[in-house]
Amino acid sequence: MSPLQLCLVFSSVLFAVGLAGALARSNSILVLLGIELMLNAANLNFIAFWRYGPSPSSAIGVIFVIFAIAVTAAETAVGLALVISIYRHQQNIRLQEASHLKG
Amino acid sequence: MNAVLVLIALVTVGTAVAAMSRRSLLHSVLLLTGSWTGVAAFYLWAGAEFAAFAQVLIYVGAISMALLFAVLLTRRSRVDLAPGPAPGSRALYAILAGGAVAGVLVSAVARGSLAAARSPTPAVTVSQLGSLLMGPYAATLLVVGVLLTVALIGAVVLAAGGGGPEKPGGAP
Repeated sequence: MSPLQLCLVFSSVLFAVGLAGALARSNSILVLLGIELMLNAANLNFIAFWRYGPSPSSAIGVIFVIFAIAVTAAETAVGLALVISIYRHQQNIRLQEASHLKG
Repeated sequence: MNAVLVLIALVTVGTAVAAMSRRSLLHSVLLLTGSWTGVAAFYLWAGAEFAAFAQVLIYVGAISMALLFAVLLTRRSRVDLAPGPAPGSRALYAILAGGAVAGVLVSAVARGSLAAARSPTPAVTVSQLGSLLMGPYAATLLVVGVLLTVALIGAVVLAAGGGGPEKPGGAP
């Protein structure tokens, strides 16, 4: 197995762990953590393809990862603010009970 | 070379699995910090030092602190435990879905003919990155800056805004 394939297997497994965690847990902070893991797995792919790609001299993979990290930081801030807002409304952060918008 | 990569991958995935299966939210966040450090170690291994430092600064430094504050602000007692992995079928289905995705991805990667180009570790200096960010990607940098500003102001408004059944003097 070439190093590129090892990197891709690594990121696939990390993505699957994040997906399983986000689906299995009912605590909204843990769901957010699972999403973070999946985003990290995507960033791993960027770096892996940049490292073993045809032209690693152009720094485009690193640029992509920097922008992705910035967007992830914004997403986490908004997500945590939503969690705190939900907690203020219903005194817990279980996702099953956040059903005010249900028709 | 590959042994180091396998070691980094094992540590990262192991801490991620442990974080996703712990009952205590605090333990989950702390374990996930280890996982993010493993990802930063992968970036260092691949030669992307600037991405590794950004990962350590933003994830291990900032996002983990924000998560810890959110955990501490939203728990009701000192020994508050997250509702563990949902009993019965839900956790099973989640693990099945994750396993199916992992199986599809890993088999596709393993069967594909992804030959790695034999290239030396690419050297991207910080000054090169800086001139790229200020030159061809300046517009993107501005858009990301505006996005971060708007998102953080929105987060402050969401988290600090009143409303909701706040009982004066009631249980926090």
